[in-house]
Amino acid sequence: MKNIKAVFIKQILDTIKNKTVLIQFLMFPVMVIIMEKTVKLEEMPEHFFVKLFAVMFVGMAPLTCMSAIIAEEKEKNTLRALMMSNVKPWQYITSVGAYIFIMCMIGIAVFAVLGEYNGAELARFIAVMISGVILSEIIGAVIGIFSRNQMAATSLTIPIMMVFSFVPMLSMFNESIKKFAVIIYSQQISDLINGIGTSEVSAKSIIVIAVNFIIGLVLFALAYKKKGLE
Amino acid sequence: MEVMIAANNIVKSFGSKRVLDGLSFNVLKGQIFGLLGPSGAGKTTLIKILTGQLPRDLGSVEISGIDVDKLTGEDNKKFGIMMDNFGVYERLSCYDNLKIFAEIYGVKNDEILSSLKKVGLEGARRTPASKLSKGMRSRLRLARVFMTDPDILFLDEPTSGLDPATADEIHKMMLAEKEKGKTVFLTTHTMSEAEKLCDDIVMINEGKIVEHGSPREICRRYNHQRMLKIHLSDGSDIRLVHDENAADKVAELIKNGRAETIHTTEPDLETVFMELTGKELAV
Repeated sequence: MKNIKAVFIKQILDTIKNKTVLIQFLMFPVMVIIMEKTVKLEEMPEHFFVKLFAVMFVGMAPLTCMSAIIAEEKEKNTLRALMMSNVKPWQYITSVGAYIFIMCMIGIAVFAVLGEYNGAELARFIAVMISGVILSEIIGAVIGIFSRNQMAATSLTIPIMMVFSFVPMLSMFNESIKKFAVIIYSQQISDLINGIGTSEVSAKSIIVIAVNFIIGLVLFALAYKKKGLE
Repeated sequence: MEVMIAANNIVKSFGSKRVLDGLSFNVLKGQIFGLLGPSGAGKTTLIKILTGQLPRDLGSVEISGIDVDKLTGEDNKKFGIMMDNFGVYERLSCYDNLKIFAEIYGVKNDEILSSLKKVGLEGARRTPASKLSKGMRSRLRLARVFMTDPDILFLDEPTSGLDPATADEIHKMMLAEKEKGKTVFLTTHTMSEAEKLCDDIVMINEGKIVEHGSPREICRRYNHQRMLKIHLSDGSDIRLVHDENAADKVAELIKNGRAETIHTTEPDLETVFMELTGKELAV
């Protein structure tokens, strides 16, 4: 437990100074506050920007932060120092994952307040967002494990993050994209959030998210087996 | 004397390449033990095996009489490791860099400050690591090792790339640890460092031990020439075979006031290593 706590403390101490990571946590919550308060169009669905940016947030922030943190530690050889101080790889991943999860929960709270969710709607919103954060963290960890340094991580992260963050938005305007988008978790998260208050949780969404989750875990296991954390 | 590290027939291969090929040696308590070899000789791999960070293919390792595979978290506190390429958290202060590891080792905050003081970084405790010079970074890494007050210090090329003054400061710190009865396992490819600090050294090349002993013993062993080199007051040098006949000549030169300095022609460790392997150490 003390090893997990130590890595967690490291992340907390680093948060304010690490602008790359900090911007990921702040960008969408700040943008949603501005857009919700300033842009009001008659035909726009209620809390349009909350729903739009919430999906982008879960597809981008956990994925980018996880891969960036792991890749930076590998590049700077600080991960090696931790491993040689008896921090186990699972402890490291758990700790960084917990840190990102908590930081994302703060952002999710902003979305929840602006979306004016209450009771069962709030529970559904949070549950859906949590599943997205965890899945994105797993994908970010896979990228971090495969990347030797930050540059390699960035070149892998950007296209993958764009697919998960922007495809749900693009699928609103393009049927072909929508056909493809149904198999990715962020599209299902988008559907589940947009359906809050109007439709039940569909079995299809849960199955797609579960399958994405299993694929993520398998990829993580394969990446870890092939590359290890160092 | 108590054996702190006992390595017996260590074998390690990466793929088809055998990196360590049957290394055996003992490191005694209170010694500075030097592992010398060129870059890529397997020094870092050996440290990782000795500290239980990397499995070996064959052989056994005991740390303070305990099988390295059976070391507990508490036993691990007995040794501190400073690797040449260990990073520091650039954005964090020196104090915060140590605080992370203090949490891992269960060390009190007071120890962080005393470690910084020990390596002369108490004035830089709030300075971000990114603002430190290379020498200060090395000292910060060393402070990380000192924090747990370990019985055995594994130092992997601690002075690599440092200026002579900083290297000398680190040498003094090592000698101070030795004075306190600590054991230092030092890897280096700098023969002068080994000659200055080490009580016992092992030279490795291509995964095998090519020589083992104290620096002086080894140099004497390879003193094939057995010559005396005398520097005269007129600036010239003369060489005499180091036998009983040389005594009269040396006495005469001293009596006449012509001998300024007298040296033996023992080779240094670099020369010995070259004789054994045909390679330079510092490559």
